[in-house]
Amino acid sequence: MTRQIKAVSLISGGLDSLLATKVIMEQGVHVEGINFYTGFCVEGHTHAIRKKDKAKPKRNNALWVAETLGIKLHIIDVIEKYKNVLINPKHGYGANMNPCHDCKTFMVSEALEWIEKNDFDFIITGEVMGQRPMSQRKDTMPVIAQESGAGERLLRPLCAKHFEPTLPEREGWVSRDELLDFHGRSRKPQMALAAQYGFEDYAQPAGGCCFLTDEHYSKKLVDLWDARGNKEYEMDDIMLLKVGRHVRPAKNFKLIIAREEGEVNFMQGYRNRFISIKTISHSGPLVLIDGQPSNEDLQLAARITARFSQGKQADEVEVELRQMNGDSDLIKVKPMLISEMPESWYV
Amino acid sequence: MSEYKLDASGLLCPMPVIKTQDRVEELEHGDILEVICTDPGALNDVGAWCRINGHKLLDAKQDDVQVVIKIEVMR
Repeated sequence: MTRQIKAVSLISGGLDSLLATKVIMEQGVHVEGINFYTGFCVEGHTHAIRKKDKAKPKRNNALWVAETLGIKLHIIDVIEKYKNVLINPKHGYGANMNPCHDCKTFMVSEALEWIEKNDFDFIITGEVMGQRPMSQRKDTMPVIAQESGAGERLLRPLCAKHFEPTLPEREGWVSRDELLDFHGRSRKPQMALAAQYGFEDYAQPAGGCCFLTDEHYSKKLVDLWDARGNKEYEMDDIMLLKVGRHVRPAKNFKLIIAREEGEVNFMQGYRNRFISIKTISHSGPLVLIDGQPSNEDLQLAARITARFSQGKQADEVEVELRQMNGDSDLIKVKPMLISEMPESWYV
Repeated sequence: MSEYKLDASGLLCPMPVIKTQDRVEELEHGDILEVICTDPGALNDVGAWCRINGHKLLDAKQDDVQVVIKIEVMR
């Protein structure tokens, strides 16, 4: 009896990985999906937090792709391992803090470890040559295959014809004739293939699937590292960078100011880990204080909080200053004038 | 058959799914796992994860505060 050939497919939840997986499944290969959670994945988070996004369907697109294809999906928490990728990228960062080249190498190497452990034969990705400036170029894609250790066990079905045949092709596990030659940033070939397979509903992320490609998010991350004097981070740090308006009056502390009810509800869960401020006399946002503020800094933070409340024009606003242990003080402050807040404070 | 609880409160997706996946990995066929989450997205995601992996979704409830999902582990 012929042994069933098995591949694992890196599923991001986007159209490319959906199609790449389908192309290989059509050739009779048993495929299972794998999805790596770095903590920076756009999937799920902000629309779980922000009330204005509540109308959006709350689905994880990687799970949805797996269900559409009828395959298993293994979601792997790589938050800790990923820190080294982000902090020390061998190939540097892209336009923002996105270490795309190293990230892809890391994920393929993790997938390699997985197939070796689970007795699978090769790895599939939905990469398309020329689609992304850092990790999906004709010259960088072979480097990723090599540096990840996957080498010829890495097959990119959507653009395989632009490269030398890989192991699955040479061994006859898949037919090269059935693989594709997509290239460039146009999505039309993918959309045509999706139509051919009858896929009508698929995710079309506007800015990629990673917060690190986002300019504003990246600025907040760099600010965090600068303020701390090192590049360490914890999961809570990277979650809170996705939430609220960040105002840093000094290196030793910043304010995270909730912008709407959904963010207030989310940030409530952090009140035992951060000093927090809430206006009492007027409605206003919940504010978390990150860093090591002095008493004088907290007075300033209270005035800024008042500035973002309904009492911003009032002579005096009463606020609750709550410590992490639950102790709180009520203080009255004069709301800060907008002219007293330099633009440079806004992260 | 035994019943277990997993508290994934405060975690945002996909962490409740990952925690569920890892806990189910340790359980036997027929065991029941009750997962408690606060991310409303877990309602769909844990359900989808169960369907994909062949586990039985016995119940899924959501109120203003939390989502409670009951799963029967299938091997």
